Amino acid sequence: MTQLHSSAGEGRGSGATEPGVDQSGKKMTFGEGGLAFVFAVLTLSCITVAAKTHDAAYAFHAYLSAFASLAAVFVILNRYADRPAALPAREIEGKPNYNFGPVKFATLAAMFWGIAGFLIGVIIAFQLAFPWLNLDLPWTAFGRLRPLHTSAVIFAFGGNVLIGTSFYVVQRTSRARLAGYLAPWFVVLGYNFFIVIAGTGYLLGITQSKEYAEPEWYADLWLTVVWVTYLLVYLATLWRRQEPHIYVANWFYLAFIVTIAMLHLGNNASIPVSVFSPKSYIVWSGVQDAMVQWWYGHNAVGFFLTAGFLAIMYYFIPKRADRPVYSYRLSIIHFWALIFIYIWAGPHHLHYTALPDWAQTLGMTFSIILWMPSWGGMINGLMTLSGAWDKLRTDPVLRMMVVSVAFYGMSTFEGPLMSVKSVNSLSHYTDWTIGHVHSGALGWVAYISFGAIYCLVPWLWQKRELYSLRLVNWHFWISTIGIVFYISAMWVAGILQGLMWRAYTSLGFLEYSFIETVEAMHPFYIIRALGGVLFLVGGLIMAFNIFMTIRQPETAEADTGARNPSLVPAE
Amino acid sequence: MNETYRALAEFAQTWGLLYFVGIFLCVLAYALSPRRGKQFEDAARMPLRED
Repeated sequence: MTQLHSSAGEGRGSGATEPGVDQSGKKMTFGEGGLAFVFAVLTLSCITVAAKTHDAAYAFHAYLSAFASLAAVFVILNRYADRPAALPAREIEGKPNYNFGPVKFATLAAMFWGIAGFLIGVIIAFQLAFPWLNLDLPWTAFGRLRPLHTSAVIFAFGGNVLIGTSFYVVQRTSRARLAGYLAPWFVVLGYNFFIVIAGTGYLLGITQSKEYAEPEWYADLWLTVVWVTYLLVYLATLWRRQEPHIYVANWFYLAFIVTIAMLHLGNNASIPVSVFSPKSYIVWSGVQDAMVQWWYGHNAVGFFLTAGFLAIMYYFIPKRADRPVYSYRLSIIHFWALIFIYIWAGPHHLHYTALPDWAQTLGMTFSIILWMPSWGGMINGLMTLSGAWDKLRTDPVLRMMVVSVAFYGMSTFEGPLMSVKSVNSLSHYTDWTIGHVHSGALGWVAYISFGAIYCLVPWLWQKRELYSLRLVNWHFWISTIGIVFYISAMWVAGILQGLMWRAYTSLGFLEYSFIETVEAMHPFYIIRALGGVLFLVGGLIMAFNIFMTIRQPETAEADTGARNPSLVPAE
Repeated sequence: MNETYRALAEFAQTWGLLYFVGIFLCVLAYALSPRRGKQFEDAARMPLRED
């Protein structure tokens, strides 16, 4: 909460006696009053639910929500008491008065959740190699920790990176202050509260058992409210832009926000048993449900893990390399082709299932067509370095982002290949899929995020540079070796597994029992876990570097005034 | 069931195809139009601009 205050340039404590804060004629805005009232009502409703439910885990969530709602009421009222009569100006002396408080919070939250998510990933990797690490407890079993890992890295780490960078990029490329007074904070804090509810729910056994959409109905409803606010803040900021053209990164962010809203609503169309129960039932049935789930699942990859992070690529790589986008025309074609084609690729997750054959072929065909926009985008990102290739030697942050684009190219080549039915008959349900996902998630998503955070932190906290570029270099190499360990172990394991499953003897019997294939995986699971450890070590080095960067006393104002983008007037 | 499928498939394979090709051509026309050369050159530099 200190973020909330210091970011607005206000003193903490009793605002009424603060010198220099003009409070004459202060009036509470409709937003402040309305939101405080809504949270007050929510507090009482949550206490009622907590008292009446028979489900202990659900009661815990209800108490947690009641506590958070009450805290929100206090924070809103306290912030009102502290603030001057006038709301922050949109411009100061002709320059936009950017609102970077929520961006700072999201950046730090991303760092925190990233480390947590990588750590849980390492734990479950070791659980696969050494099953006793499940500890025979329900809360620490692989089945509960695995969604905790996926949600922590995708939605908590990735989501905070996307929300943070999108709020930064939309302001900078629109040259306008973020719309809304409380709304941006509601989005950032509300989203992170959703993460807490989702994560604790998995550990306590609350899940609707849909991959990447595990949270139950009440968490989904809350996320819907947060997400719609996110969209409105984003659109309203674009609406008040000073630039006539909407920069391409904003198109990618918008596609990400709008499509995730649509997917979330479609895949979570469920009816709760009662308001006093965490359990709900989905309205779709059978193979339709499976199709909606993978329409959701694959487009979470396409629009959350791809479109959103491509927006990061289109802003942060040109900025860091100090070069314009290689071909702006290509970026427009890239955008429209990518979003129109991705949405059809989902059925490739259901090859050789009860899904009609034509739908499987459709999914496969569109996956293969995706090669073109994916590689068009990759070429556009890489070629943006033309004239600045030498910077790869001297700037490990830029190197990290360029390698991430290379990983993007590699995993978007591998994906369509695996969607071909005959390849899929070997790769599906094996660890090859896990390897593919991680070359995209670790190589592309995490690396472009690391690069963006390394850029953002000195800009936001007004430092000349990072604490140490040498440490970035260490992070880069340690993590890269980790990724290589991970994906090569999974390739070998996956193909071995697939071949063992389909091996027949001369008499037509299956050559291997299932447990024999599990045993064969053991060495590769250990190598994979070691790769994960290296990636986690890299993340810890980064967290230390970020912490030291924020702590270092000197500011950028002294000698890099023109170059530094974060010199903004205080609110 | 089979009839529904056939009707849907026929629609998708004709009008659906034309619709998507049409949209794609519009995108190409917008992106490649020589008139917008200057505008896009400026846009490509948007991240580099300072206040």
